[in-house]
Amino acid sequence: MYPSRFGYESPKTVEEAIAILDASGGEAKILAGGQSLVPMLKLRFAAPEMLVDINNIDGLRYINVEADGTVRIGALTRHEDLEYSDVLPTASPVLAAAAHLVADPIVRTRGTFVGSVCHADPQGDWAAAMTALGGHIVAQGPNGKRTIEVKDFVVGPFQNALAYNEIAIEAVIPAPKGKSTGSYLKLERRVGDFATASVAVSLDMVGDVVARAGSALAGVGGRTIDATDAVASLVGQKLTEENIKTAAEAVAAAAEPRSDHRGTSDYKRQIVKTFVIRILTGLAESSQKAA
Amino acid sequence: MSSLYDEVAPAPAEGVPTRRITVTVNGEPRTIDVEPRLLLAHMLRQGLKLTGTHSGCDTSNCGACTILFEGRPIKSCTMLAVQADGHSIETVEGLATSSELHPIQEGFKQEHGLQCGFCTPGMMMASKALLEKNPNPTEDEVRWALSGNLCRCTGYQNIVKSVLWAAEKMRAESN
Repeated sequence: MYPSRFGYESPKTVEEAIAILDASGGEAKILAGGQSLVPMLKLRFAAPEMLVDINNIDGLRYINVEADGTVRIGALTRHEDLEYSDVLPTASPVLAAAAHLVADPIVRTRGTFVGSVCHADPQGDWAAAMTALGGHIVAQGPNGKRTIEVKDFVVGPFQNALAYNEIAIEAVIPAPKGKSTGSYLKLERRVGDFATASVAVSLDMVGDVVARAGSALAGVGGRTIDATDAVASLVGQKLTEENIKTAAEAVAAAAEPRSDHRGTSDYKRQIVKTFVIRILTGLAESSQKAA
Repeated sequence: MSSLYDEVAPAPAEGVPTRRITVTVNGEPRTIDVEPRLLLAHMLRQGLKLTGTHSGCDTSNCGACTILFEGRPIKSCTMLAVQADGHSIETVEGLATSSELHPIQEGFKQEHGLQCGFCTPGMMMASKALLEKNPNPTEDEVRWALSGNLCRCTGYQNIVKSVLWAAEKMRAESN
């Protein structure tokens, strides 16, 4: 298989890339890691007139943790950069937990974090993790930069809020209220398969009290599901067996799974509930140990 | 020009722009004209006649086309040839010297790490990347590192043994 014909540009600066996008009038597509785009080009699900390859732009591959705990991830940061990062396990345990579950190890060397969020696949791990974390995307266009919350950025399956002449140049995870904790669990039949169900839970803890709670799901609906409202009852509380169970049931209720060859909708909902209990119980145990 | 596009894609029509790129392949700079839509795997196989890199699934799943791009394993069917311009890549042809097999190749021979051999080049390149990063992997780490490469005949047991065999040999050689 081979893609249909397209023009190709490999600009050296973000400004140059934006100018090419702007001139294309919406017929150009950005190529970053290409691990979703190139397969789509080969299948001809996508047939843009122009590809703007941003891989030759310097300074977009970084994971920066600021003094207040804000995490900034550049547009060319590969999945494996997150997987092998020394700083993420402390700065953002949710991202650290998800990093080695994305696709397969060879896709992770090339695919990008920001590109995955932009791709907005309902199965995508990063869009779910970012939604749970309350993250946002910094988009740059001809008129400068704007910041878009991920829950507003992912507007539907395979759709994001970028204008045709904008580039998502950075993902930002806001500074935690207290200590950033949480995890990401995914059930897949084999590595690289679409997930049967994936669950992200992010809690900011002050001592053993929850200061902020977020959750999101992948693979159990036609879109990334924001389940943050379902865990809101935990805020201001210490984690207990009862409130963990209540939150897990609420998150499972927010799922929109469909029965298919990976399992029935009831089964998938049960997986979601079990994963939430597993993550929260783990956090409760470690916060008790720390206290 | 026509030979490059045989079996892959129609040759560029009159007026379709190609790009002249230079890629260091197994240590040797190679210059070639490519149309932007040409996949790296196709450039290697048809353009440079390096048919050791296999094209398996064509859908970015199987890992048979795994090569090293700047030292890291990538699926060469999921990257455009133009993107390799100015970069260094290694293929399975770069493993052996004229007189000696690479320890990874020797491992696959000793431990019967292949039956039909189709997935083997990708398995070996993914293994090379693993052993460069982690010279003393556990069995689990080998399985994890190869989880992006599919084999439909050996059931993986002997592939994992082959990589562990190679790791031991390479550690012994570096001591």
